[in-house]
Amino acid sequence: MKLKELESHLGSLDQFSHPKIELEQYPTGPHIASRMLFTNQAENSFDDVSNKVVADFGCGCGTLGIAAALLSAEHVLSIDIDPESLEIASLNAEELELDMDFIQSNIMDLRWRGPIVDTVIMNPPFGTRKKGADLEFLSVAMKVASQAVYSLHKTSTRDHVKRAALRDFNARSAEVICELRYDVPKLYKFHKKKEVDIAVDLWRFVPASNQSRRI
Amino acid sequence: MRLLTHNMLSSNIKGVVNGFPLRIEAEKVVEKNVEMNGDFLKKMFEKIEWKAFVEASRGMGYTELPEEADTSMLDSDEFLSRFHHALLELHLEEGALVCPETGRRFPVKKGIPNMLLHEDEV
Repeated sequence: MKLKELESHLGSLDQFSHPKIELEQYPTGPHIASRMLFTNQAENSFDDVSNKVVADFGCGCGTLGIAAALLSAEHVLSIDIDPESLEIASLNAEELELDMDFIQSNIMDLRWRGPIVDTVIMNPPFGTRKKGADLEFLSVAMKVASQAVYSLHKTSTRDHVKRAALRDFNARSAEVICELRYDVPKLYKFHKKKEVDIAVDLWRFVPASNQSRRI
Repeated sequence: MRLLTHNMLSSNIKGVVNGFPLRIEAEKVVEKNVEMNGDFLKKMFEKIEWKAFVEASRGMGYTELPEEADTSMLDSDEFLSRFHHALLELHLEEGALVCPETGRRFPVKKGIPNMLLHEDEV
C-alpha cells in the first residue's frame, strides 16, 4: 500500500463525536498516523508491523491500529478504557473490512501472559490533565512489546522521556525518528485558538530482550 | 475476540494469583475467513500456551485440536489449517470471560471484552 492511499483511508475514519477531556481524547490525524507507521516500514526498513502482532494502547477511534492492519499486521489488538471510542473504532475497522480485536480496559490494569505482542503503537495522553500519563503508558508498553514500541511524546519532554525509557523502563535503545507537528483542532471549550500546533516526537523504543513479559 | 487475544489475557483482579486462562462462556461465536500465513503460525506456536488454547477452542465449540502438540506437527497441512482456524478465524462475539480463581465474569459484547475493574478490585 502506498503512503497516499494509507493516508486517504485513515482520513475517512469517524472521529470522536463527544471527546472526553479527562481522557485527553484527541484524534490522531491521518497525516501523523500514516507517517508514524509507513515511514518506519518503508524508509527505515524496520520490520515491526507487517505479519506481526501489534497492540494499540489507548486506541481512541482506532486510527493507529487500523493503519497497522492496512499495512498487513497479522493480528491487531486495540485497547481503550472508553466504550464509546471502542464502538467508533470497531465500526471504522468494519467499514474498511479489517479484522481486528478490541478490549475495553485501563492500560494500567491489564494483565498479560507471554511474549505474544511484537510491537506496541500508541498516541498516549500527553499528561496535560493527568501528569505522567504518557510515561505510565510507556512503562506498560515496554513490558508488553517484545520487539518495538512506537509512541508520540511532546518534544518539550524529550530528555525526560529518554531518561525514563533507558533508566526506568529498561529500554535497549530510545530513538527519536522524526519530529512532527500535531495540529490540535479546537475540540474543547477551553481552547481559545482555532487550531494549535504542538511539536511532538515520534519515538522508537527497543525493549530489553530478557524480560519475562508477564505483568 | 480471537483466541490469540484470549491466550495473552489474564484476570487482572487485585489479589488473584492464577488468573490464567480465563474460562470462556460462549453465547455466540462467529467465523471470519482470513488467509493462512504458515510462517506466522509457526512463530505463534512457540508462544501459545497450548493447553489453555485447546480448552478455549472447546469452549467455542471447536473440537478438532489435539490435546497435545509438538513442533513436528507443524509439517502437517491439516494440523496447520486447524491451528489457523482456531487461532485467527473463530471470534467470541457474545458471552463472557470468567476469572478461574474468583469466578468474576467479564462480559463480552459485540466481540469486545470488558475488562474494566470495579473500585474494590484494583
